[in-house]
Amino acid sequence: MEKQELETLKEICRYNRCNVVKTIHNAKSGHPGGSLSGLDIMTVLYEKVMVNDPKWDKSENFKNRDRFVLSKGHASPGYYSVLAKRGYFPEEELQGFRQINRLLQGHPNNHIPGVEVPTGSLGQGVSMACGIAMALKLDKNPAHVFVLTGDGELQEGSCWEAFMHAPHRKLNNLTVIIDRNNLQIDGSVDTIKDLEPLDKKLEAFNWNVVKIDGHNVEEIYNALTESKKSDKPTAIIAKTVKGKGVSFMENQCGWHGKSPNDDECKKALEELQ
Amino acid sequence: MIDRNNNKSIRAAYGNALVKVGKENENVVVLDADVAKSTMSITFQKEYPERFFDMGIAEQDMIATAAGLASQGKIPFASTFAVFATGRTYDQIRNGVCYGNLNVKVVGTHGGITVGEDGASHHALEDVSLMRGLPNMTVIVPADCKECEEAVKYAAQIDGPVYIRVARSNVPDVFGEDYKLAVNGQVMREGKDVTIITNGETLVEVLDAAEILANKGIDAKVINMPVVKPLNNDIILKDADSTKLYVTVENHSIIGGLGSAVCEVLSENSPTKVLRIGTNDVFGQSGTAKSLLEFYGLTAEKIAERIAEKMENL
Repeated sequence: MEKQELETLKEICRYNRCNVVKTIHNAKSGHPGGSLSGLDIMTVLYEKVMVNDPKWDKSENFKNRDRFVLSKGHASPGYYSVLAKRGYFPEEELQGFRQINRLLQGHPNNHIPGVEVPTGSLGQGVSMACGIAMALKLDKNPAHVFVLTGDGELQEGSCWEAFMHAPHRKLNNLTVIIDRNNLQIDGSVDTIKDLEPLDKKLEAFNWNVVKIDGHNVEEIYNALTESKKSDKPTAIIAKTVKGKGVSFMENQCGWHGKSPNDDECKKALEELQ
Repeated sequence: MIDRNNNKSIRAAYGNALVKVGKENENVVVLDADVAKSTMSITFQKEYPERFFDMGIAEQDMIATAAGLASQGKIPFASTFAVFATGRTYDQIRNGVCYGNLNVKVVGTHGGITVGEDGASHHALEDVSLMRGLPNMTVIVPADCKECEEAVKYAAQIDGPVYIRVARSNVPDVFGEDYKLAVNGQVMREGKDVTIITNGETLVEVLDAAEILANKGIDAKVINMPVVKPLNNDIILKDADSTKLYVTVENHSIIGGLGSAVCEVLSENSPTKVLRIGTNDVFGQSGTAKSLLEFYGLTAEKIAERIAEKMENL
């Protein structure tokens, strides 16, 4: 990636982070920690990697769009900020997040432009993404499917049913990105129910496993782009920081599902400027 | 009386119906969870192997995968035993399929106590109740092979989630070749003393019970109600003012299924006494299908007995 391109991408990440903070502050509810940890991944996907355009909605190109599933549906403020920036809906909609009679529900639903499937109950996204990948293979459609999961989410057994399934069907049009921030609501993932050795487990399940820094946009870009060429489904374990970009939210599980008050919002935005 | 000497496999009818809808629409795909030889979805697999997916013993994965397939325009029929199709997968059906109003058809075979010898762990007695409570879900309980075929065709035509509940047992023919699914219910027999509403396997028992009651001088009206949701209120409420007693009969718990649905309609519109016949807040047990129908009071004789007794004490 060219230096200028990289700088522009980083600037969009920063911009989207600000929208996450503003959106949750305005709603007085929502999940900042996981939105910020997965934000660079989702931004790079939508801005640089996925073949997709909101304007394709009614055109022939639409069927060839790359698909995305946010399995960790509570990171919706991150997802919605990324979708708004790409033009799937007006940015003003973010102000209606979690409000009655508005578009943007607490967790994603497929009536929202750009959203393929409803998520929010953890452990379903990888299976859904497999279903999408299977449909594409049936239709001989070259599009690719990306799914972002949490790491605590992988404690749901149904994830492993899907992890067993994707390589069995040779779904190499599928990339799972694991937002490995090592925090869940009650504490750290390794103390509550450890996932390690996660890479070896996924390798044993016959996945193409890649480990990256989930906040290094260049590494994210390279891993996602390479995953499209794999002959196996790819699992990218992205080491991230929950609450990334806002000092007092970073690595604090207390910021999983809490909105910043006026002062905290101001402080967060100052840090992000 | 219904001819009970020529029973046919309703599950075989399900498999054959899948092939028919699969032939008409290439978007139809079928998933199963390691029981394709029992649900008979194997018939579709033989005909269209590239559109059949055995998901292994992983029902949750099956339903969420079906949701993904449906989100891309496929019409997935996902079948396994009713108890697992609806119980083990409830969250996937609720949050994945129904909340997204995705075009997934869940088919639970082996519904009710007539599963028999496998016992309570395999008797789905609350599946209709679970599915009926979900927004966007259509619930169909066919009674014979023809009605099962029609249910599958109907499910393939409507855009949205459907649950079809199929019996394990072989069942006698009730409907002729020209039958179309009675989406609004269907009066099978007119009568003025009592109205019996039923569906599924118990329809034949109720039709025979009506004959027994007739011999006792009780004139029973019988309504077949294959579509439990959305429920057609009109056919239930017609003549409600002059009806002293309604009876519901189902191979299912009396809590939450057809009986509850009928009570809801009547109590809101035309309060009338209702006798609900089904399993009464209990698990099943092992036994032959026939012995269990008798034990839980779902044979024609037992149904007629309960109704006659209730009529005497109205």
